[in-house]
Amino acid sequence: MTQVTPTGNNELLGEAVARRKIGRVERFLGPDNYRVLQGLFKTPASIAGSLLILFFVIIALAAPVLAPPVTPNEPYKIPRDGFKSQPREIGAKWTKNVPDIPFWYKAVTGNEKWVHLFGTAQGQYDIYYGVIWGTRTAFKTGLIVVISTVLLGVLVGAVSAYYGGLVDNILMRIVDVLLVLPSLMATLILAAVLTPVIGRSTLPVMISLIAFGWLGYARVIRGDILSVKERDYVLAARVIGNKDSRILFRHIIPNAVFPTLVLASLAIGDVVLSFAALSFLGIGVDVGYADWGQVLAFARNWITSLDDYWYIIAFPGIALVLYVMGFNLLGDALRDVLDPRMRGKT
Amino acid sequence: MLTYVIRRLLLVPLLLFGVTILIFIMLQFLDPVERAALYVRGDPKANQIEAAITKYCLDCPIPVQYLNWMVGKVDSTTGERKGGILFGNFGWSKTGSQPVASLIARRFPNTLDLTIWAVGPVILVGIWLGVQAAVHHNGFIDQAARVFSIVGTSFPTFVFGLLMLMFFYANLGWFPPGRLSDEFNIVVSSDQFHRYTTLLTFDALLNGRFDIFLDALRHMFLPLSYISWATFLRVTRSSMLETLRQEYVTTARAKGLPERDVIYKHAQPNAMLPVVTLAGFSVVGLLAGVIITETVFDYPGIGSAAAQASAQLDVITVLGFALFNGLILIVANLIVDVLYAFVDPRVRLS
Repeated sequence: MTQVTPTGNNELLGEAVARRKIGRVERFLGPDNYRVLQGLFKTPASIAGSLLILFFVIIALAAPVLAPPVTPNEPYKIPRDGFKSQPREIGAKWTKNVPDIPFWYKAVTGNEKWVHLFGTAQGQYDIYYGVIWGTRTAFKTGLIVVISTVLLGVLVGAVSAYYGGLVDNILMRIVDVLLVLPSLMATLILAAVLTPVIGRSTLPVMISLIAFGWLGYARVIRGDILSVKERDYVLAARVIGNKDSRILFRHIIPNAVFPTLVLASLAIGDVVLSFAALSFLGIGVDVGYADWGQVLAFARNWITSLDDYWYIIAFPGIALVLYVMGFNLLGDALRDVLDPRMRGKT
Repeated sequence: MLTYVIRRLLLVPLLLFGVTILIFIMLQFLDPVERAALYVRGDPKANQIEAAITKYCLDCPIPVQYLNWMVGKVDSTTGERKGGILFGNFGWSKTGSQPVASLIARRFPNTLDLTIWAVGPVILVGIWLGVQAAVHHNGFIDQAARVFSIVGTSFPTFVFGLLMLMFFYANLGWFPPGRLSDEFNIVVSSDQFHRYTTLLTFDALLNGRFDIFLDALRHMFLPLSYISWATFLRVTRSSMLETLRQEYVTTARAKGLPERDVIYKHAQPNAMLPVVTLAGFSVVGLLAGVIITETVFDYPGIGSAAAQASAQLDVITVLGFALFNGLILIVANLIVDVLYAFVDPRVRLS
């Protein structure tokens, strides 16, 4: 066979198709997925969202420096300065149970001793500690719940779509039944049932959120897989004699799962919102656990005097709103990128 | 159409069975002593509970328990039926100090009242704003609506609710939480006030007490204003945008129809389909009790009752509410689905 060398003039083509370097990340993810990643940093809204999330990540990581725990074994317990019921204002002196002073403290606040930076709520819980450590609670619960729900949802959806027939029917009817109750109601009920069994902690609410959270993902991934499994490469994989599990996990799921994964990671905002809502209602964690919903719940008894005690809702409220907004902004940007009908129209 | 309705109807018993199983499984997390509240009224003594456990077979095999839980057990001496959710006996509510069923019966009219007032004004405003935003795409209304809906969906109900209470109640004193002012509460619970419909606003009108009607509305204002109009705006906007890109809209424009007709006669009816579904589901959701909204504004509906009960870990009450909710939702979803198939022929033909 003779060596064929390409001939002809490609210069015209060079003008029509812009020359572009393909980076390592793009090569690794492939053009489609890379485009999604780009969507995260494209519009002002998505950049704002990314920055907000980055901000909270930093706070969560730096929590032990920003607010050194008073009881190192239980860092999530909000330290109390006495037991008086009347909330105290911003800058009130911290007298009992004082934490160590971190290095940045004097330079930033100009105080020699700890004061209540965001004031205290009823029972003298320090709001600053609640907000800072609450960031960690938010990421912890959000990540655990989202990862578990996605795994469960993808597994059930994939099995349901791949095998079809009776399996599909039974699994989808179970999903139908579980979807009858509104998600917050269902989560509330299961959490109330589980709390006496496993005790007050973040666990009952997280388990309930997982138990009723995977349903949506199962439906979405099922739809995606129904189309992927008709592709030729799946047929090819079957022809050469692969096992079902290998076809499912190596060929089908990787090709169908990326959009779901991205959207799911942004559902952290919603999960955190539900978690905070439940702990606002007094379900799940103990009183005084560092969680934004908990701190907000302290305001409920002081509604008529919220004029004076505005800081009880202001700080945890702002934290929660910005956190959720960060994920919502990113989510909107990504939905635009992922929706094929929107392609090239923005 | 008929086959669609029949197919949909056949799903109902299946769902009902599934929901009872789901709730029964949750009941099994309780020990028999707590489950005795399903059959025994009030605050029983230890020996009474022991008796109830053997009498109502609370440590029997699970299928037997399920059957007892469904149809109850007839007392052989008095002939009285104890328990049995099919007969509306959901057990005794410790936190409410009354049977769960009567607690529901007292709370549900308030929720229904809220739902009725929510459907008209709130949802219609959301839809109208959504259409305007889509028609003036990227214009002022659109941008404002976008900001509103992002803020509206990011703001948790309880944060926003507390802020509204702080401003409109603590500061201005316009819209108090609760259901009625004290002076009217006395009137309503007296004999002169006839409860024709059990819905407070309508009863007030029927009794000719316009002041009570206004007071009730005043207390409902904040919960109403927080019903998800932002979601309606969002869905209407995106659906309308999508429809306006369709070719038949271009055709309508090309043949020279006035823009008003293109939008309101050609595009809007089709764009409304997803909104109709959403509206159906929100009404259903409202009926099931808006847990957080009712709790924040201290509104005595079934959502806040369920939240109170579960905060105090009164599982029997909570599960009673869940059962009632499930029932309402199954029936209401059926109605929504059938109506939807009626509106959109593509659903019933697929």
